Amino acid sequence: MTTAVPLSWYLILSAILFGLGVAGFVFRRNIITVFMSIELMLNAVNLSFVAFSYQLRQTDGHIYTFFVMVVAAAEAAVGLAIILTVFKNRATLEIDEVSDLKN
Amino acid sequence: MDIFLFILFASIAVFCAVNVVVQTHPITSALSLVGVMGALAVLYLLLGAEFIAAAQIVVYAGAIMVLFVFVIMLLNAGGEAKSAGRSQMVRWLGIPLFTIFIGLLSYIVQRSVPAGPGVSFGQFTGGTPRDVGRLLFTQYLLPFEATSVLVLIAILGAVVLARKEIE
Amino acid sequence: MNFFLLSLLKAAVVAGALLFTLAYLQWVERKVIAHIQIRMGPSRVGPHGLLQPVADIIKLLTKEDLIPPYVNKFFYMFAPFLAITLALTSIAVIPFGPEIEIFGVRTRMQLADLNIGVLFILGISSVGVYGIVLAGWSSNNKYALLGGLRSSAQMISYELPMALAIVAPLLLANTLSLGELVEKQGGAFLGVVPRWHVFQMPFPQVVSLIVFLIAGFAETNRIPFDLPEAENELVAGFHTEYSSMKFASFFMAEYANMITICSMATVLFLGGWQPLWPAALGSSYVPSLLFAGAAAVMIYHGLHPARPKDRYTLPAAGVVFLLIAGVFLLPPLRPFLIPVFWFASKTGFLLFVFIWVRGTLPRFRYDQLMRFAWGFLFPVAMLNLLATALVVALVSR
Repeated sequence: MTTAVPLSWYLILSAILFGLGVAGFVFRRNIITVFMSIELMLNAVNLSFVAFSYQLRQTDGHIYTFFVMVVAAAEAAVGLAIILTVFKNRATLEIDEVSDLKN
Repeated sequence: MDIFLFILFASIAVFCAVNVVVQTHPITSALSLVGVMGALAVLYLLLGAEFIAAAQIVVYAGAIMVLFVFVIMLLNAGGEAKSAGRSQMVRWLGIPLFTIFIGLLSYIVQRSVPAGPGVSFGQFTGGTPRDVGRLLFTQYLLPFEATSVLVLIAILGAVVLARKEIE
Repeated sequence: MNFFLLSLLKAAVVAGALLFTLAYLQWVERKVIAHIQIRMGPSRVGPHGLLQPVADIIKLLTKEDLIPPYVNKFFYMFAPFLAITLALTSIAVIPFGPEIEIFGVRTRMQLADLNIGVLFILGISSVGVYGIVLAGWSSNNKYALLGGLRSSAQMISYELPMALAIVAPLLLANTLSLGELVEKQGGAFLGVVPRWHVFQMPFPQVVSLIVFLIAGFAETNRIPFDLPEAENELVAGFHTEYSSMKFASFFMAEYANMITICSMATVLFLGGWQPLWPAALGSSYVPSLLFAGAAAVMIYHGLHPARPKDRYTLPAAGVVFLLIAGVFLLPPLRPFLIPVFWFASKTGFLLFVFIWVRGTLPRFRYDQLMRFAWGFLFPVAMLNLLATALVVALVSR
């Protein structure tokens, strides 16, 4: 009784997670939550990379995933430092209130 | 067994991802995101990506998200205020439209992906640390070195940003 | 389903042994610390306080489980659960002995031989921070929050030198599976010096071992790095608001982490279950000799008693030790018991070092702790790794 999971299920899961990430990115107003939504999107993309890697029987997808992780780590370090600086200067995390560069 | 594990962890992932988006307190969102990452790590294992699964836990859940939680605790940020001034249309149409969008997307993916033998655990064993390492240090050596420079730049940037002001 | 039953059996044995060790490690710690400080230590409950752990467990179970009204309930309950679960999980990949045959079934003396075993342990230990951080945050108490913040910063900082220290022996062994790692450390140079990674020839990993142990002290929040629970600054740190079994969970998690760190050091650097010198030179008689020697001393003192009751207790204990010495000589049990003896004695020695350091060193100040991690430990681990890599590359050419 081998019950294989269709590849498309993995891709659909990836799409759902990516969509939720986009929703969080658009609707949330706390900078940190917005940032976490970006991480969620990156994770969703990673899942499809690994799924494709499985389908093609190649390890290359894993390498891309690895690079995405490294980039996410770098992004988190710099992004959180920026958030800390913003909070130090303005005492707020509302993304709508950090809009001095608008117009 | 495969299908059971997939459905279990996929639903955990989706549940936690929804939680990331709907929770108002950032620390709850952060921990839900850790849940998503843990569930994805199991799915990676099912796909034969052992090294990536471990890296997912060590790097994402163990380093990046700890950093997030750390910053949230440091700033002691409270929950988000209820969305005043948001259009009512978003509130009532958002979820149904999102569901329809996902449904359409699933339909298209289902149609366009060729029906192969599917994913069953243990069929693909190219994801061991040895395989990943070999590929990383031969074919992908240049990108690897480039990312190491990127990380160095990120460290410098973070240090410069977080440094105390010098009067 | 044979595999399933076997796994269940092994899990039961390992869990039982682990919980027993956890309970008695705390008794050993109190006794050793007491003797270092020239006190008696626990001595009321049972002979030499041997039933103290049982008394402690009963006390902690029957205490009132207080939940302060101002805490974040869900995370407050979740944190100790997370801490203890993660702490007990990592024992699953530790190998206690080689492949053996019981009742016609060949099996490894290990719950799961992952080929990413080392990464698994690293992952579990890095996720373990959440238990402490959440406890600190959800308690809604300034001391707890400060303790949680300190501990997360400390654990992130010390994870780096620890990972670098782990990588160096992996370069020598060329595998990530803990079982294989130990098997590669079998044999000896010149017939006597064991091929453990501390002595491994192209580049002995002494520096790595020391860095690993120091980082281990910090990861388990032990003195001299127990800043997260420094009682004269922070009351009790992250577990200030916890009582009863929830407090006990944190306590057990700390000890379980200690056991994991010590077993990891044993497996990575001290050759796991490999004996101190080859079995051809009679190393497999060491446990019997040790126990028999202890029995002889006991019986001698029983015949020349210092106190009246020693006349009965010491010879009785001596006979028990003689029996244990005999058990190590039984042929059907030997392939199973001797490796476990070596593994347990190495891990036990490292645990003793942990306790010994606690009785000896004072606590660091917080800035000293961070400077030590980033300014000293990290560069040392990095240099050691580079040197190892260079030597390995030159030798394997």
